[in-house]
Amino acid sequence: MALKGNLRDFSTTQLLNLINLARKTGTLTIQHSGESAHMSFREGKLIYAYMGDNDNNHLAKILQHSGKLSAEQAQIIQAHAEGKSDKQLGHLLITAGRVTQNDIIQSVRQNVLDIVYRLFTWVEGVFRFEANKLPSPGHITIPIDLESVIMEGSRRLKEWEVLQEELPDLDVSLQFTERPDARLRNINLTVEEWRVVSFVNPRNTIRQIAKANNLSEFEIRRIVYGMLQAGLVEFVDKPKPAPVAEAADQGRRPKRQAVEQPPDVKRSVVERLIDRIKSI
Amino acid sequence: MQAVKMVITGPFSAGKTEFIGAVSEIDVVSTERKISSAAEQIKETTTVAMDFGRITVGDDLVLYLFGTPGQRRFDFMWDILSQGMLGFVVMVDSTKPETFREAKRILETFESYASTPYVVAANKQDMEDAWEPEDLRIILRLRQEVKILPCVATDKESVKNVLLELLYSILEQLDQNSQ
Repeated sequence: MALKGNLRDFSTTQLLNLINLARKTGTLTIQHSGESAHMSFREGKLIYAYMGDNDNNHLAKILQHSGKLSAEQAQIIQAHAEGKSDKQLGHLLITAGRVTQNDIIQSVRQNVLDIVYRLFTWVEGVFRFEANKLPSPGHITIPIDLESVIMEGSRRLKEWEVLQEELPDLDVSLQFTERPDARLRNINLTVEEWRVVSFVNPRNTIRQIAKANNLSEFEIRRIVYGMLQAGLVEFVDKPKPAPVAEAADQGRRPKRQAVEQPPDVKRSVVERLIDRIKSI
Repeated sequence: MQAVKMVITGPFSAGKTEFIGAVSEIDVVSTERKISSAAEQIKETTTVAMDFGRITVGDDLVLYLFGTPGQRRFDFMWDILSQGMLGFVVMVDSTKPETFREAKRILETFESYASTPYVVAANKQDMEDAWEPEDLRIILRLRQEVKILPCVATDKESVKNVLLELLYSILEQLDQNSQ
C-alpha cells in the first residue's frame, strides 16, 4: 500500500516518527519547488539519503565537502573511479591511505544528516514512501537512530501553530514510555531538554515543568513535542481538544462541560445486538 | 421498546452515509444538500444535519445509527447526536491524508463528550492509495487498546465487522465496570 501525501498535512518530523515507530524499510521521496530528496530506511533506522540525482552523491564529493579531500583530489578520484561503487572506492581510498574508515563513516553520516535537517525547513512538498526499496548494495549505508534526528527537527521548528495544534493543553502530565533509559542513551539532548526530562513525572503537569525551568510556552511545547515525536514520553491523560477560541482554523467546536457516562445498558442487550448484526 | 444508538462520525467525505446504508434495514434518511463550498465539491451532496439508519433487533429492541454531518459549519449537531450513545465509530478516508488531522480533532471532541467505547474505521481500504490501518494508528496517535479496523463502507460484511468490534468493546467495558 502507498504512503503518500503532502508536507502541508504532515511535517517531516511526523513522517520520521511514523517510520521509526512502524520500523519501516523503504525509501521516502519528497519533492519541493523543483528539488527532490530521497531517504532510505531499514527497520526504522535512517541509512542513506541524497538530494536530486544520485550521481551527485558520489563518495569523492562527500569527502570533499567534509574536508577530507581537496577539490582537485575529488575531481581526479571521481574521474578515475568510473564504474566503481562507493564501497569499492572507499576500500581503495582506505588502502591507499588517503582516508580512514572512520573518515568515510563520519563524512557519509554527516552528509545524510545535512540532507535530512534541510528537509525540516520544507513546509510543503509531495512525499511518497516506497516500501522495501533500498539503495543498491554498492552504496555505503550508515544506520542512524531516528530519535536524535527527530529531536533535532523539533529544535528547528518555528511554527507556533504546529506546536499549538499538537500540544493544545499544557495542563496534562507526562510519563516515560517503555525503556526510556535505552532510548535516552542514544539521543543527544540539550541541557534544557535534560532539565525537562528530570521533571517528567505523572504528578507534574507540562505547565508546572515549564514554570520550574523558567521556560516560555513556546519553548516547553517545542521540547515536549520533540520528546513525544521521538517516543521518549507519552501523555498520562490524553490532552483535551483545543478550546474553540484558541484554534485558529478549527471554526466552532461544540464542547460539553462534563463527560457523559455511558448509557445504562444490560449485557444481554449488547449480546442481542451482536447476534442481530451477525445475521444481517 | 428500548432504543439504543450508535454514532458514526468522521471528516467530510469519509464514507459515513455509505457505512450506514450498508447495514440499515431502511433507506438511510439523509438530510443532504447540494454542496456550496468550492473547496468541498468532490461530491454532489453532503449531510447537513444527520443520517439516520435503523436495525430492528426484536419487538422490544431497536438499534439506531446516526451519521454526523461532515462539514464543520454543521458541527453544532455533534453534541446533540452524541447524547446517550452506546458507542461511536470514527470513519477515516484512508486515501486522503489531508483529512487525518481533522479526523483526530473529531475523535478527541467525541472522546470529550462521553466515556463510551469507540473504534476507528480505516475506510476505502480497497483503494490503491489507502494508508495502512497501523500507519493511521501512529498518525492519529491512537492508544493500543483502541481498535483501528480496515473498512470498505460499501461492503456489508466489512461494515458488520466494524460494528461487531465496537459491540465487543462495549461488552468489555460493561464487564470491567461490573468488576
